[in-house]
Amino acid sequence: MIEFDRVTKRYADGSPAVADVSFTVPSHKTVVLVGSSGSGKTTLLRMVNRMVDPTSGRVLIDDVDVTTMDPVRLRRSIGYVLQSGGLLPHRTVVENIAIVPRLNGATRPDARERALTMLDTVGLDRDLASRFPAQLSGGQQQRVGVARALASDPNILLMDEPFGAVDPIVRRSLQHELRELQRTLGKTILFVTHDIDEALALADEIIIVAAHGAIAQRGTPTEILTRPANAFVAEFVGVDRPERRLRLADAAGVEVVTDASGRPIGTLER
Amino acid sequence: MKWLNQNVGSLLELTVAHLALAVPAILLSLVIAVPIGWTAQRLRWARDPALALVGVLYAIPSLPLFVLVPVVLGIGIRSSANAIIVLTVYATAIMVRSAADAFSSVPLEARMSATAIGYSTWHRFWSVDLPLAIPVMLAGLRVVVVSTVSLVTVGSVIGIPSLGTLFTDGFQRGIVAEVAAGLIVTVLIALVLDGICILAGRALTPWARAAEAR
Repeated sequence: MIEFDRVTKRYADGSPAVADVSFTVPSHKTVVLVGSSGSGKTTLLRMVNRMVDPTSGRVLIDDVDVTTMDPVRLRRSIGYVLQSGGLLPHRTVVENIAIVPRLNGATRPDARERALTMLDTVGLDRDLASRFPAQLSGGQQQRVGVARALASDPNILLMDEPFGAVDPIVRRSLQHELRELQRTLGKTILFVTHDIDEALALADEIIIVAAHGAIAQRGTPTEILTRPANAFVAEFVGVDRPERRLRLADAAGVEVVTDASGRPIGTLER
Repeated sequence: MKWLNQNVGSLLELTVAHLALAVPAILLSLVIAVPIGWTAQRLRWARDPALALVGVLYAIPSLPLFVLVPVVLGIGIRSSANAIIVLTVYATAIMVRSAADAFSSVPLEARMSATAIGYSTWHRFWSVDLPLAIPVMLAGLRVVVVSTVSLVTVGSVIGIPSLGTLFTDGFQRGIVAEVAAGLIVTVLIALVLDGICILAGRALTPWARAAEAR
């Protein structure tokens, strides 16, 4: 469990990046922080592995204050996926994945074997192992990023807009695969995005962040969609957008679901 | 040609002497510039003043420096040490800026991700910052190599033996072939060392070509 306890972070000039924020990420659950850019969501994420230390308040992992832990060791025990994978451009795919097991003390052959296994896990061909990141597509780089984050089997996974740089079709398939992975792995995931649809697709719980990390609403995807707490959330979720207001139509005996403008989305199963 | 046939031995000797001054100065400048460049890139406020200060060194005329360094350090004016120190000063003046630029050219994302997955600062320097700085650093090093090899010859004016000795001796005795030989071999050395830099750079940065090939 990750717990944010009245966390504030001020910049050097005194202005707040996040102000007095509290929430928890339950073990084995996926919590998605969603907000526009500059809302402080990435700052919150980075407090977990001490890339950022709070000015006041505490971040606890399983009841232990992270500031009492050695930052380098803490980071090695937490999986981290950055936008566009954050791969090291001068290391091959297999080397990139093997880094964390190596940092954690695995022998070179063991780390390599582990890395190859991780390629299977994220659905990449082992033939890609000796390629450099620049020789991969965006979606492949992203998968390698996930493989690297999972390579030393951490309990916690931090994901900072990990699918932000790939096209929508690839993004959807990556989201789907992450959900499948999570079903078997059961990691504690804190995920940051500005895409509400991504949050709805992945979250057990969504936290909608307004300015300075202020929590506008937290709840399950269904709760957020059906009972937005205020106008900000309603606007952010886009409850009035045509693609959110679905209707049933009859097409020669088949029940078709359409959006508000009548475009078909799918068929209804009873 | 006649001059060359009679002086192959001394030409070879002076070439070796030339390299023995240029190569240590080039390597020293690299060893000095890399930590300064890395620090300049980390401490943003120090970057511009530090680079300006080091850059000004290049404005010092070389001949007075060849005379001043032995006085200050108490070493022989014709010693190799004097030449190597002076050459290192000029090489460092160029190299520090290149090193700072090189470390700035390392993608922020790569540095950030290295930190996020648990590299210590020291480990990250050797495994991420330094290797990714190589392409830009190498461009600076090639300028340093060529300019140092050329600058070595100035030392011959105060009697430090190098291929420059062929210029001074050739001028005094009016032997055009000797001056020409000195000039040609100096340029050849510069070209060969530059070639070595290019090959070493290729060997050290296989990923750079992988990115280009895409």
